[in-house]
Amino acid sequence: MDMIDRKIIQQTQAGLPLSPHPYHEIAKTLNIKVELVMQRILAMQRNGIIRRIAAVPNHYRLGYKYNGMTVWDIDDQYIDEMGAQIGQLDFVSHCYHRPRHLPDWPFNLFAMAHSKTEQGIKTQIDEISSILGSYSRGHDVLYSTRILKKTGLRITRP
Amino acid sequence: MLNPLQKQLLNDFQQDFPLSPTPYSDIAKSIGASEQEVLDALQELKKLDYISRIGPIVPPNKLGCSMLLAMSVPEEQLQSVAQIINQFQEVNHNYQRENRFNLWFVLIAQNSSHLEAVIAEIESETGFKTMRLPLLADFFINLGFELDWDD
Repeated sequence: MDMIDRKIIQQTQAGLPLSPHPYHEIAKTLNIKVELVMQRILAMQRNGIIRRIAAVPNHYRLGYKYNGMTVWDIDDQYIDEMGAQIGQLDFVSHCYHRPRHLPDWPFNLFAMAHSKTEQGIKTQIDEISSILGSYSRGHDVLYSTRILKKTGLRITRP
Repeated sequence: MLNPLQKQLLNDFQQDFPLSPTPYSDIAKSIGASEQEVLDALQELKKLDYISRIGPIVPPNKLGCSMLLAMSVPEEQLQSVAQIINQFQEVNHNYQRENRFNLWFVLIAQNSSHLEAVIAEIESETGFKTMRLPLLADFFINLGFELDWDD
């Protein structure tokens, strides 16, 4: 990944322009050819720097007001196997393995669940719980009560 | 509420937004609308904040260095501590959650030494320790989130 790739990412993080030739506009801003912009984006998609190009829905605004960060205590030996199963549930938007901090924080598997209703999210948690079964030694659900700050991806310099 | 075109755009383009000289025109052709209708619908979705953005999605830690941090802050100090944290431009988002650890925020820095420096600054300015929760593995499988339009 070089400076051109970085600049393309930076230019697109606020969103592609909503005009007939958005990639041309990026190219013009960076003073490079549009073919190069598209080639670089394609190459970054192939090597995983870009996961996908998408219209990103704002779940909260669309009525998914119940956002639960579900956290689980899974034996490290089974974390990859369990993470893969939970990550493929269609109501789970993110699923990560993170470190424990004993004794305060025993949880090592994080799965974000979204629902329009309180009952809906409870059903989802039950579903995760039944998949994990005895592989889970305990869990908790942290609901967000307030969004204090939210911005798009930015890369700042030290 | 949303019209059928807006719903279709929201549902169908959470992945594979076209990489072509004329992406909106390509979308329009694929769903039988005009380019202007697609642009207007997306403009409206953006204005209403139903889509946060359209563009390339970069997974965590591909660019720079990011980390989730949690803090346990007494309720009466939460607002002032959050304000201090939010002033750092490296803070990408910050949520209050119902837990003993009630402040959850993500830092994005250019490299790990920059990240460490920001964490140290936040801890010294707020007077609270952070719990560090770096990503050890990303079990990413979903390509989109199935939106339901029942109501």
